[in-house]
Amino acid sequence: MAFLDVKGVTKHYGETPVLRGIDLSVEQHQVVCLIGASGSGKSTLLRCVNGLEPIEAGEIWLDGDVVSGEGVDLDRLRRDVGIVFQSFNLFPHMSVLENITLAPRKIRGSSKEEAQERALELLRRVGLAEKADSYPDQLSGGQQQRVAIVRAMAMDPRVLLLDEITSALDPELVADVLDIVRGLAEEGLTMLLATHEMSFANEVATTVCFLDSGVILEQGPPSQIFRDPQQARTRAFLDRVIRAGRL
Amino acid sequence: MTTVVTTRRATSSDPGLGPTTRLLAVAWVVAPVTMALTAWTAWRLVTSAPASGAWRPVIWLVAAATLAAAAGTVLAAVRAARLRSDAAGHLRSAEMVDLRRSRSRARNAAWVCLGGCLAVLCVVVFLDFVLANDHAVQRIFLDPTMIGRSWVEVGKAFGHNIFIAVVAEVIVLVWGLVLALARLAPGVGGRAISMLATFYIDAFRAVPAIIVIYLVGFGLPLAGVPVLSSLSPTWAAILALALTYGAYVAEVYRAGITSVHWSQTAAARSLGLSHGSTMRHVIVPQAVRRVIPPLLNDFIGLQKDTALVTVIGTVDAFTQAKIFASNYFNLSAVTVVAGLFIVVTIPQTRLVDRLLQRDEQRLGRKG
Repeated sequence: MAFLDVKGVTKHYGETPVLRGIDLSVEQHQVVCLIGASGSGKSTLLRCVNGLEPIEAGEIWLDGDVVSGEGVDLDRLRRDVGIVFQSFNLFPHMSVLENITLAPRKIRGSSKEEAQERALELLRRVGLAEKADSYPDQLSGGQQQRVAIVRAMAMDPRVLLLDEITSALDPELVADVLDIVRGLAEEGLTMLLATHEMSFANEVATTVCFLDSGVILEQGPPSQIFRDPQQARTRAFLDRVIRAGRL
Repeated sequence: MTTVVTTRRATSSDPGLGPTTRLLAVAWVVAPVTMALTAWTAWRLVTSAPASGAWRPVIWLVAAATLAAAAGTVLAAVRAARLRSDAAGHLRSAEMVDLRRSRSRARNAAWVCLGGCLAVLCVVVFLDFVLANDHAVQRIFLDPTMIGRSWVEVGKAFGHNIFIAVVAEVIVLVWGLVLALARLAPGVGGRAISMLATFYIDAFRAVPAIIVIYLVGFGLPLAGVPVLSSLSPTWAAILALALTYGAYVAEVYRAGITSVHWSQTAAARSLGLSHGSTMRHVIVPQAVRRVIPPLLNDFIGLQKDTALVTVIGTVDAFTQAKIFASNYFNLSAVTVVAGLFIVVTIPQTRLVDRLLQRDEQRLGRKG
């Protein structure tokens, strides 16, 4: 069994099916990229994995334990499964340092000094140590997103979910954020990410999954998905991406 | 060059000076009438003023200020007339750009005159009301000797209103938040407490504060409940106001909490924070910052409602003033109370306006 296993997961929003039987395995130290059109279910799948959205059928397994369904300790699960959002969602009333140290202090019971030391170390790695006392609205979008990644990493998650983290950024700010993700991948962090950055997916992904109306239509190593897609719909999608100059 | 002149020449579609002249005529009728009425009122004000020394400068000041304002409207009318004759000159020499400018300025001056007249007339009507029936109104509401005799006592009693208001406000800050959080209690388990809180909030927003004060102030002592029945009238009043305003403030808090975008909750819960921690560290701090202006508005309401405690015989400023009023058949002491409330409230309303303006600017910058 894989480290993170999604088995037959389905989900509706009212009458509309969003996930129609998703099967997906992520091994430790793998980077799995979800690609597909908007509304294909990428974000919903990520939100189901960390329990932000309840699933209707199927199971999600993490490290040999079922983490979906009634009675699961979601607060516990979310310490293992971090998430970074498209819209950063930093806490605007807290400084960068407070944003990062809140969860370690309140949940893991780290002392203030301990948590701050660790936060500053992480901030140095993303080149934002001097912004520790700034507030989110004093930072650029790219800087905010780097802080959001650090905030998730401060809890030492075993899996990191990244939900289109560069979609809300100006093009020139995307690279800095992707550099960090690249670094995390090299360090061996297990990641599941939804993205529109195809060349980045091509470069870092172990596996690429193409989602189409709530199912994984095709998955495989990036070389296969991007160069030799088997499904007509995958080809159509990639054609559109190429015509948009994104691959 | 001829073509340039042609484009400047009056066209058939240009309205000329007709409308401006008519507006100016109205101003020239209204301004002198206003001036005359003001002069008559000012004369009565000065001649019929009470002999009392302290009051005379105030009356002279009011009379002079009203007269000056009326004179201002006449000056505006004069200016409008001058600008109109400029415009007439430009019309004759067909300088259309200059014509439009002078005409527009003349109309503005005429409107300044008419708007000023309306304001001055409102003040004059009020002054005539005060002077009516041989300035009986002034004697009853604004008698200088009565004000002089009562203001120290009334002012001291007003300290009592402030005490009640401040203590009630502190309690309301906490009680309102407790109610709001109860109303927003999560899950199936929270439903019962949420319904109870909703009922409380609905009920206490429905019942007039004066009735709650009456019930608490007179009812609790009769009921003979330990501790509660031995509350002094002052503390009964504080309790009653806290019960009522807690309900209002709970709704203010709730609006603030629900206005924080759900993605903030998602982010906090994703870090592993519980519902309680998310509320305490992430949602409520943001909500409180947003609700400060409406909160202050409710507090202004609470402060004014401290005058209602007079129904249970607490000696506040209003009760004290009513003692003066019934002893001397004169309401000037009550006017003092009104004045004190104005003095205390206006800085707060201005502060609320400033805070709202600041919020708007901040939102504007972000958007």
